[in-house]
Amino acid sequence: MDFELTDEQKMLVETAGNFAKNEFAPVAQELDREEKYPMEIWEKASKLGLVGAWLPEEYGGAGVGFLGNALITEQFARVDLGISLIVAATFGCEAIYWGGTEEQKKKYLPLVAQGSAISAGAFTEPDAGTDVAGARTRAVIDGNDYVINGNKMFITNADVCTFMVTLCVTNPEDEKRYKRYSLIIVGSDRKGVTTTKIHGKMGIRASDTAEVSFEDVRVPRENLVGTSEGQGFYQAMQFFDTTRIMVAAQGAGLAQGALDKSIEYVKERKAFGVPIATFQITQQKLAEMAIRIEATRNLVYKSASYLDNGKVDPTLNAITKYYAGETAVFCANYAVELHGGYGYIDEYDVQRFYRDAKILQIYEGTKEAEVLTIARRLLT
Amino acid sequence: MNTVVCMKQVPDTETLIKINPDGTGIVAEGVKWVMGPYDEYGVEEALQQKEKFKAGKVTIASLGPDRAIEAIRTGLAMGADAAVHINDAAFYEKADPYATASVLAAAVKDLEYDVIFCGKQAIDDDSGQVPAILGELLGLPVITQVIKLEVADDKIKATVTREVEGGHAIIEVSLPAILSAQKGLNEPRYASLPGIMKAKKKPVDVKIAGDLGVSGESMTVIKEMSLPPARQAGKIIEGEDAEQKAAALAKALHEEAKLI
Repeated sequence: MDFELTDEQKMLVETAGNFAKNEFAPVAQELDREEKYPMEIWEKASKLGLVGAWLPEEYGGAGVGFLGNALITEQFARVDLGISLIVAATFGCEAIYWGGTEEQKKKYLPLVAQGSAISAGAFTEPDAGTDVAGARTRAVIDGNDYVINGNKMFITNADVCTFMVTLCVTNPEDEKRYKRYSLIIVGSDRKGVTTTKIHGKMGIRASDTAEVSFEDVRVPRENLVGTSEGQGFYQAMQFFDTTRIMVAAQGAGLAQGALDKSIEYVKERKAFGVPIATFQITQQKLAEMAIRIEATRNLVYKSASYLDNGKVDPTLNAITKYYAGETAVFCANYAVELHGGYGYIDEYDVQRFYRDAKILQIYEGTKEAEVLTIARRLLT
Repeated sequence: MNTVVCMKQVPDTETLIKINPDGTGIVAEGVKWVMGPYDEYGVEEALQQKEKFKAGKVTIASLGPDRAIEAIRTGLAMGADAAVHINDAAFYEKADPYATASVLAAAVKDLEYDVIFCGKQAIDDDSGQVPAILGELLGLPVITQVIKLEVADDKIKATVTREVEGGHAIIEVSLPAILSAQKGLNEPRYASLPGIMKAKKKPVDVKIAGDLGVSGESMTVIKEMSLPPARQAGKIIEGEDAEQKAAALAKALHEEAKLI
């Protein structure tokens, strides 16, 4: 088992790291305060191939796989989680990649890979988050179109996207509950689509999050992802199994960033005439952060490698996502403590890291959902 | 337009430098190595000129141990086409600027180039002599601290702007020539992902002493290296009134700091 990154992967880490340090750091505080999406940074990153890097070359990506994408995500999140979500500009496209027709893949995937479009994944509804099958957005066939009505909530990129991969009920009469859904690609400029930006998020405020309402929205029937209705639930599960690993990579990155800043601070800050780095409690905290980060990173790399090798282990992915969320919150928490009073002010990045970290235990599979997934597997 | 870019891998500016026990060099362990920042301007300029002329080859030349290949690959990932890596302990271990320049000259003399770019100095030894010595050995004109370059369409002449104290000097030079890059010449690009993936396939010609026919002997030797003195605490000037304090300050500046 070779645990070493390849030379290309090491260069990828360096490039992504430098990009984040140079481009994100100067504006992170401002974008967080103003809840502004980093359009220019997304454009720059797209031109370098850093967005949609996981996509194979035939669809316009750099072909670095999900491990490569995780490496980029980790380096980005190390500087700022909110801005790092520019790599999620392909959100939803994972479902097209896994389940779409060849024609759909060739039509949509290059757009996000080359920075011509941002996509969104519209799954969650006001009354249905973890309970994906509780979705009620309805798509009805009318001639050559689907007519869609419903509401989505907490949709990343909804305000800035060109299209959304939307979970709809298409077969409400199907006796099998999980066969009632389909994924349909909806252009955000379609008549009847209204997005309303959600303000006041605790963290990741540079990321765009919105409510979406569909009122008699018409899309061509060929926008059905795949070839037959009733696949939507399974496509969504497969989609989340992929993106879950990227969220874990965000956790690894944020935690590492929190540790980096803490180490820098404790070497400089003096108390009782000596740097606080010499105190044992400080050292304990740093060590505990480092331990969890190392474990998280290995889980992320293993899960992403499996995915790149065509192997999907949902239990492993659940463990990885769960652990990364816990690690990120743990490290951000200690980071604020190590900074003392200064860690409480938003001028110090760790304050933002603390607010940002919490979402990693909530989105793309709550920690509770992950725990139940793992237990279920253990008990079968 | 064909170019050669001389590049040195150096410690990252944020690295904590430690002197080795016998005081003749730095401790290499734990150092983060990067492409010299001034060399980056050279690579970027070479790439921009190639893009402007829509043709040409950019070759990176570097003297250094095994680890230098990482900095070379960064240059290839940015878009350079090929590299020459002079990797022989006989050369790089004690190479002073003269030795470095003589080895580089031997390695590049048979390549085709309109311009040889260097960084204005390497940020470890800050010597800044290689461009001039290289020019002397290759019989080429040398212009240092270049902040703007315009190559004529016929590639026979170039107009170069260089930084001087209090202003700029604009110089016309015939090509081929050696130009050393100063900050402000351009904004070095990030390596793109496709560039990173292609870098490994680009040719790196490794040269050792026997290939080059030079002795690579240094003309200078480092006798001793030490860290700068620790920064002293500030001194508060005592005195009963402004006039007394001013006199005390003048006295300290004259006698202690020896500035006036």
